[in-house]
Amino acid sequence: MTFSTTLTVNGVTRTIQLDDPRVTLLDLLRERLDLTGTKKGCDRGQCGACTVILDGRRVNSCLALAVSHDGAHVLTIEGVADGNRLHPVQEAFLAHDGLQCGFCTPGQIMSAIGLINEGEAYDDPERVREGMSGNLCRCGAYQGITQAVLDAQKVLEAARSQEVA
Amino acid sequence: MNNFDYIRPATVQAAVVAASEPGAAYLAAGTNLLDLMKGGVTRPRRLVDITHLPDLDRIEELPDGGVRIGALVRNAALARNPSFARRFPAAAEALLSGASAQLRNAATVGGNLLQRTRCAYFYDVASACNKRNPGAGCDARGGDNRLHAIMGWSESCIATHPSDFCVPLVALDAVVEIEGGAGRREISLEMFHRLPGDAPERETVLEPGEMIVAVRLPQEAARFAAHSRYVKVRERTSYAFAVVSAAAALRIEGGTIAEARLALGGVALKPWRAREAERILAAAPIDASIFRRAAEAALAEAKPSGDNGFKIELARRIVVRAIALAAAGTPEQMPALPASPFATVAGVIHG
Repeated sequence: MTFSTTLTVNGVTRTIQLDDPRVTLLDLLRERLDLTGTKKGCDRGQCGACTVILDGRRVNSCLALAVSHDGAHVLTIEGVADGNRLHPVQEAFLAHDGLQCGFCTPGQIMSAIGLINEGEAYDDPERVREGMSGNLCRCGAYQGITQAVLDAQKVLEAARSQEVA
Repeated sequence: MNNFDYIRPATVQAAVVAASEPGAAYLAAGTNLLDLMKGGVTRPRRLVDITHLPDLDRIEELPDGGVRIGALVRNAALARNPSFARRFPAAAEALLSGASAQLRNAATVGGNLLQRTRCAYFYDVASACNKRNPGAGCDARGGDNRLHAIMGWSESCIATHPSDFCVPLVALDAVVEIEGGAGRREISLEMFHRLPGDAPERETVLEPGEMIVAVRLPQEAARFAAHSRYVKVRERTSYAFAVVSAAAALRIEGGTIAEARLALGGVALKPWRAREAERILAAAPIDASIFRRAAEAALAEAKPSGDNGFKIELARRIVVRAIALAAAGTPEQMPALPASPFATVAGVIHG
């Protein structure tokens, strides 16, 4: 039996035939759509390396069955830059050394974009750390990550208020 | 993960029929179920995907002043609902103290009630577990059991229920709405989870095919909004299950406690309502010695199930702390670290 699943990934709508209902959203992105920026860390929802934005919310793609998300919109790390212009969160991770080996970084960045969209971190490092606790970094780049999120949030807020004005 | 039949019903009635087959399980967000399936802990033959069913993701204000929360409402969506957070702040705080932001964005209200214990021996398929394999024995007994139950446990199972959200819910008289083959029924959350006894594999009162469609809080639960807290001790500050936790809700009139609600988490295989402690607090002055007496009563029946005797005194202290924080008043803004026992609040007597 095959399962037809339609997903809009980074703005492109695709219909994928799955011959097995066990395929997670993470495996579909990596193995079927060649979007290997989203990482498989623990594969059990504990490390956050697989974080994507699913219908506007950051989630662990390793704990989502692809077939169950028929019709969903997915944003992955490959879809956040504007051509060659990095997303402000990507820029901030570079500026603040928010990474060492880089394996957790796509998940960190997607989670940070989700956190900033949720709008509850304010300029409080404690709230940023709490809001990012679902993303582990075994290199221990947390200091830089926290600074990057705070900085990117300022840049995004400034851009937004300019748009309004 | 074992293979399974995937079914996506269009109505609740069709879902109930599909899930009544032996070996069937409901799939909502899957944040716990898929984890268990990946580990071979559970091996359902059929998954009935309820995420596309209509109307189960709504938060409804009821005409009588209560609230009805659809089973598919996401944890984060409920905690951020301004009316819910204002009227039931301890429940919002408990939701935000659980798991990670990613998991809270996915996990559902119905799934929260039905999540399985995080007992390591339940998760490890090479260990003996009466819950996973009835009659196999319990390797947690005599094993690494410092985080296991101190109340309501049996020789066959010493696991705890991991939910934070259920703790304030049970304190506030939440009701679970259930749809099954015989129609709709409802039951108080306090009666929903079963203690292990000699059948730890039966965790709730749900019959095969029955499905949670909503959880209700009565209007009376909102009376405690000004003095409600959830406090949770974890082994790290964020993204960890409770070692012990407590929800305290007070109605304060003229400087005395008119009415109190208290429940504990991390102590038993169900959220634990502490009714005797509530009686001690009712009509009592706001006084640390009364809080301590209430805590003694709440833990009166506690006994260690292994190397976890420390949890009894820890739970007493967390009860005192939760009552003291509730008495000091619900914070204007959700604390940066929800439910943290280390947060300082002006004027609070330290327990």
